[in-house]
Amino acid sequence: MENFRNFNQISLSLSKGSTSCVDIVNHYLKNIKEKSHLNAFLEVFEKDALDQAKSVDEKLKKGSAGKLAGMVIGIKDVLCYKDHKVQASSKILEGFESQFTSTAVQKLIEEDAVIIGRLNCDEFAMGSSNENSAYGPVLNATDNQRVPGGSSGGCAVAVQANLCTATIGSDTGGSVRQPASFCGVIGLKPTYSRVSRFGLLAYASSFDVIGTFTNNIEDSALILETMAGQDQFDSTVSRNEVPTYSKNLTFEGKAKIGYIKETLNGEGINDEVRDNFLESINRFKAAGHDIEEVSLPLMKYALPTYYILITAEASSNLSRYDGVRYGYRSPNTKDMESLYKKSRSEGFGEEVRRRIMLGTFVLSASYYDAFYTKAQKVRNLIKEQVENLLSRYDFLIMPTSPTTAFKLGEHNQNPLEMYLADLFTVQASVAGIPAISIPNGKDSNGMDFGLQIMANFFEEEKLLAFSNCYLKNEWKI
Amino acid sequence: MKVDKHTVRKLAHLSRLELREEDEDNMIKDLNEILTWVEQLNEVDTEGVEPLTNMSHEVNVFREDQVGEHLDHEKALKNAPKKDEDFFRVPKFLNQ
Repeated sequence: MENFRNFNQISLSLSKGSTSCVDIVNHYLKNIKEKSHLNAFLEVFEKDALDQAKSVDEKLKKGSAGKLAGMVIGIKDVLCYKDHKVQASSKILEGFESQFTSTAVQKLIEEDAVIIGRLNCDEFAMGSSNENSAYGPVLNATDNQRVPGGSSGGCAVAVQANLCTATIGSDTGGSVRQPASFCGVIGLKPTYSRVSRFGLLAYASSFDVIGTFTNNIEDSALILETMAGQDQFDSTVSRNEVPTYSKNLTFEGKAKIGYIKETLNGEGINDEVRDNFLESINRFKAAGHDIEEVSLPLMKYALPTYYILITAEASSNLSRYDGVRYGYRSPNTKDMESLYKKSRSEGFGEEVRRRIMLGTFVLSASYYDAFYTKAQKVRNLIKEQVENLLSRYDFLIMPTSPTTAFKLGEHNQNPLEMYLADLFTVQASVAGIPAISIPNGKDSNGMDFGLQIMANFFEEEKLLAFSNCYLKNEWKI
Repeated sequence: MKVDKHTVRKLAHLSRLELREEDEDNMIKDLNEILTWVEQLNEVDTEGVEPLTNMSHEVNVFREDQVGEHLDHEKALKNAPKKDEDFFRVPKFLNQ
């Protein structure tokens, strides 16, 4: 059996008739079993995936199959899929089954993608190493002593280890891009509001974006153009027309690129990461693009701004987990108040509890203005500075993460230390712009570097085309 | 120090969380460290800046008010940890 790494290989094989959708699903099921020690999947929908594949094969015979026929997709455990479990890698949603399917997943199914299972992540997507899952950490497939990044660690590893064709996850402050970087795959976070959030378990609603993990840009483009667009169930989703990204993946002409000097001069950036990044700058120069240093003076304030706002939003969003209507209820309750408190304390893990407490603090009457409103104002200034730069440059680039994949247990003693893993990814989330992480070589330990490229609002088409040319090193200048 | 024993207990209550006494000191330490770190935002001059409250570019999305699909009774109760035929069950909380 061929080792299907991307959709193009699958489509070719299907059109030659040398394989079927059922064969492809079986191929991935076998890989998943062989690599179960990676702990990427929380649950494999084996029977449903095979049933879906059978029906796709019938449609293929009749010539009525959708454009994703043969693509096998895994979903992060924060996306609802009707009659399937979803629990955000948390004990508090033990046994919960979705009553409906998220819009993003629904649109993929309508184009005949097969959904193969749900993927491990940090509990409620809170974390940068996938060590906060109630179901154990995910291991990086390149080096099992190292983390895959987070929070969508399972999604990144599933694509890295060839357990499915592509995966979809959520990115609140880097949860798609950072693990993609750690695992040597492509991670795309679209513009805020590009993809409907209906059926995505809410974490920080003004940041949450559904994104993709793939082995090539064609697949990112294809999945995004399928998932994006209007939805009557999400009033914040953009009504802008969705371009057919996959049809236009060649970037023509000279690009004007800015690299942010604060990322290279600041603390915390690993030397090898800096050198790798400087090398990329030279590659862009050699290709003939205009590239220069720019300044984002508010850069260092993005991370604290982010942590104030997301904890505030999370404390509010996670109040729904109360042990009454669904999910875990503590057996040790005696009255209403202890039912809430014990169910939530026993159901939520440590980091989730800490963020809820912090969010409650910054929203409390005495500190609301000093923390929450202040952060919203700084967010406005950061967004303005980023927009200003993107009015003069086509792209902004920086490393995806200040380090490559670190060892399990290396950073989980001190929460602040772990927060720094998002140092370079939060700017795009605070501003709401699209950003992508693409593989960019390996360090002396054999771990992957990621290059992050950002573009202006709704410029995914340009971003994907540019990334595609960089990865293939084919330019039309 | 912004968060002391009294504050952390109040926060836990407002968050409907129960904090074991042996965990209190750690939580106080973590919260204070994080709060001290985020206070660097005070270095940024935000005089006259509006707080950013909406990230979507969409404004006033209207649609007809129509009866759509809804969850039927049985399904709504399906995931409940404790229920009877009609209702979610919780401990008695009136006239205790």
